[in-house]
Amino acid sequence: MKNSVLHPAASRFHADHGWLKSAQTFSFHGNYDPQRIQFGALRVLNDDTVNGGKGFGRHPHDNMEIISIPLEGTLEHQDSMGNVAVINPGEIQVMSAGTGIYHTEFNKDADEPVTFLQIWLYPNKLNVAPRYDQMEYASGDRHNRFQQILSPDPDDEGVWIHQNAWFHLADLDEGFEAEYHLKNNDNGVYVFVIEGSIEVNGQVLAARDGYGFWPEPAVAVKALAESALLVIEVPEKW
Amino acid sequence: MPIAGVMLQLMSKVNILAIANHPEILETIVRLINQQDAWNGIPAGSIAEAEEALRLNSIDLVLLGVGVDEETGERIVSLCQSIDPRIACLRHFGGGSGLLYSEIRHALAGG
Repeated sequence: MKNSVLHPAASRFHADHGWLKSAQTFSFHGNYDPQRIQFGALRVLNDDTVNGGKGFGRHPHDNMEIISIPLEGTLEHQDSMGNVAVINPGEIQVMSAGTGIYHTEFNKDADEPVTFLQIWLYPNKLNVAPRYDQMEYASGDRHNRFQQILSPDPDDEGVWIHQNAWFHLADLDEGFEAEYHLKNNDNGVYVFVIEGSIEVNGQVLAARDGYGFWPEPAVAVKALAESALLVIEVPEKW
Repeated sequence: MPIAGVMLQLMSKVNILAIANHPEILETIVRLINQQDAWNGIPAGSIAEAEEALRLNSIDLVLLGVGVDEETGERIVSLCQSIDPRIACLRHFGGGSGLLYSEIRHALAGG
């Protein structure tokens, strides 16, 4: 298949700061590989685990669409716009950094770790007004189907961002086959396996593997085991 | 260190001009740049400051940060080209350490 990239879980960068263990699909902070910069507008896909009571102190962001998806545990967010929020598994948080924002992100629990996906997308507009949002989604709505949790449209399902991107989650039973239909046929698709094992267009993926490609309008997915996956649809250029 | 030694040390560093209109973010970016021994961060909080810095310093790399719109970015790129076509200009995203180092390394590698 043309223009495809396979990122096995073990090939990710691994950063261990004691309180934070981070598996990074793309170049991030001190880790740099010219072959691992981005997939279209998808620039960061970090799989972070933060120890109890620890977190990211006050730090800035600008001109980036930043999405957090907790997988286990609870995150507490505070930002310079006055937002104080807690997010749990089954929720998604989005921050348009735009002209500049400061925030902290801490594990709400003093003892148990929190694991979450930290995803950054390039915005399709520079210097927008910063904004924060979060949303809860029903876990039953993704059993053997793709549940939209993010789009570019404020009136569509899930949270919205300044980019022509869509995120979907799916929990698939072993043996279940599903088709993902692109929202925009020029977009690429990056599939990240949260748990289990799947086959996507003939490519077998295990837990925490990532696979990006510019597909046909429909993407065939087969669960080789009970699986959870995140499908990130992004433009190559914007 | 003798003045000549300081000059030699500065000359051997990569001079990176960071332009952003958000003072705290600009300070953060320059501080992060200067944490790297081989790099020297030069702040510019406005386009006028950036133009002056480009004329007074031997700049290797320009980071177009927050507040620099497309039109202004193109103006800076044109100015850099007129001063020295080897000056690389790139858009900095993120406002912190997450992408900064790989953006700079990628640009210095000709990416």
